[in-house]
Amino acid sequence: MSDGREEFTLRVDGHEVPAYDGETIAAVLVRSGRISWRRTRHGDRPRGLFCGIGACQDCLVSVDGVRGVRACLAPAFPEAYVSTDEGATDA
Amino acid sequence: MATSADSVDVVVVGAGIVGAFCADRLSAAGLRVCVVDRGAVVSGTTGAGEGNILVSDKAPGPELDLALLSRRLWFDLLDELPSVELDAKGGLVVAGTPDGLAALVTAAADQRAHGVEAVEVAADDLRTLEPHLTDGLAGGVHYPQDMQVQPMLAAAHLLRRARSRGAVVRAHTELLTIERGADGAVTGALTRGGLIACRWVVNAAGTWGGEVAAMAGAPVPVLPRRGFILVTEPLPPGTVRHKVYGADYVANVASDNAGLETSPVVESTHSGTVLVGASRERVGFDRTTSYDVLGRLATQAIALFPMLAAARVQRTYRGFRPYCPDHLPVIGPDPRVDGLLHACGHEGAGIGLAPATALLVTEAVLGGTTSLPLDAFSPTRFGEVA
Repeated sequence: MSDGREEFTLRVDGHEVPAYDGETIAAVLVRSGRISWRRTRHGDRPRGLFCGIGACQDCLVSVDGVRGVRACLAPAFPEAYVSTDEGATDA
Repeated sequence: MATSADSVDVVVVGAGIVGAFCADRLSAAGLRVCVVDRGAVVSGTTGAGEGNILVSDKAPGPELDLALLSRRLWFDLLDELPSVELDAKGGLVVAGTPDGLAALVTAAADQRAHGVEAVEVAADDLRTLEPHLTDGLAGGVHYPQDMQVQPMLAAAHLLRRARSRGAVVRAHTELLTIERGADGAVTGALTRGGLIACRWVVNAAGTWGGEVAAMAGAPVPVLPRRGFILVTEPLPPGTVRHKVYGADYVANVASDNAGLETSPVVESTHSGTVLVGASRERVGFDRTTSYDVLGRLATQAIALFPMLAAARVQRTYRGFRPYCPDHLPVIGPDPRVDGLLHACGHEGAGIGLAPATALLVTEAVLGGTTSLPLDAFSPTRFGEVA
């Protein structure tokens, strides 16, 4: 599905992932088949997209080295380097 | 068997931490209890603070006595309830100047003489307790007895336990008036959901305790004092290990907000977020966010813990501490209205003082002697109240 939007790639944890102009990083992750990309501090339970509106702080990723970015709000952009392994938080 | 909520022994007004403890203890004493709150459970000041249980910030006197008793009662909950994140983390009060340190040490000696554990910490030893604390402080005092709890969780578990004994909790049920008989004694609580006949009403309405008292014709001067808190992203375990705060509230005379006072207060939580406070303002119930105050709190916190400069703030919130002119709560029977008791006005200490408050209130309802004298907390100590 492209419907005329510009297509580009991001790097997520070292892998190239397709993205479309106007998407959030969370949308890119979910479409690539990833529904969790963090673990909880207590209980080591999986977390990813939850509220989708920037309130719950569950979807945090690092983008171009900046920690604690809410993937559900961050727009995808060409050559974005997204890391979910850095411990964007230690939660 | 659930109590019929149309006729009970005690109506507790307010489903915050004080109301929850009152409902729990009154129901344990065999009384039929109904808790009413015009909002949701813990929707008032209980959910808007830091969950502190402190002795460090109290000078010797009735409030300290209440705090020492109340702290012991909090420990009882450790074995009785599911986890309420009770953390006996201790407090560390730091001074930036030699004069400040001298005053702090003098105050600590006085506290020590009245049952508080207080250990002086030399400047060079501060980082043994808090590795991320800034350089250049003059010294501090460690208070091992300070604790923290998740107050909303605690109140919820207490209310659940009260309900297991037949207490009824009616949220979103606004109190309209307190009904009194020909002899002036309490006969019931009229709410939007109807009349609840009762023998006693406990005013545990916190910052709205003055409004409730007025309904019974027994005013008490409880007023709001606004405070803000910043919540950081979860930080690595051990980043901040105690409740750490500077000894003095700084009066910001240049501020256009009535009596703005700020001081640095930094502590972490079970989930790893760090809470940053503390501010005090008399602005009524103004809920709008003051970025000026938030900025001051952030700057002060970074001065204590420089690494916080890189921490993201996830959200902020505000609450309204219920304060009385002499900064002591109102606890106990109201001599003006037979059947009315107060349990409010705890300012910034409500979480810590809640269990002892509930104990005193329950003892008063049952008619025996109280574990502490109530004179200092009397609702009629204020003279004429508008």
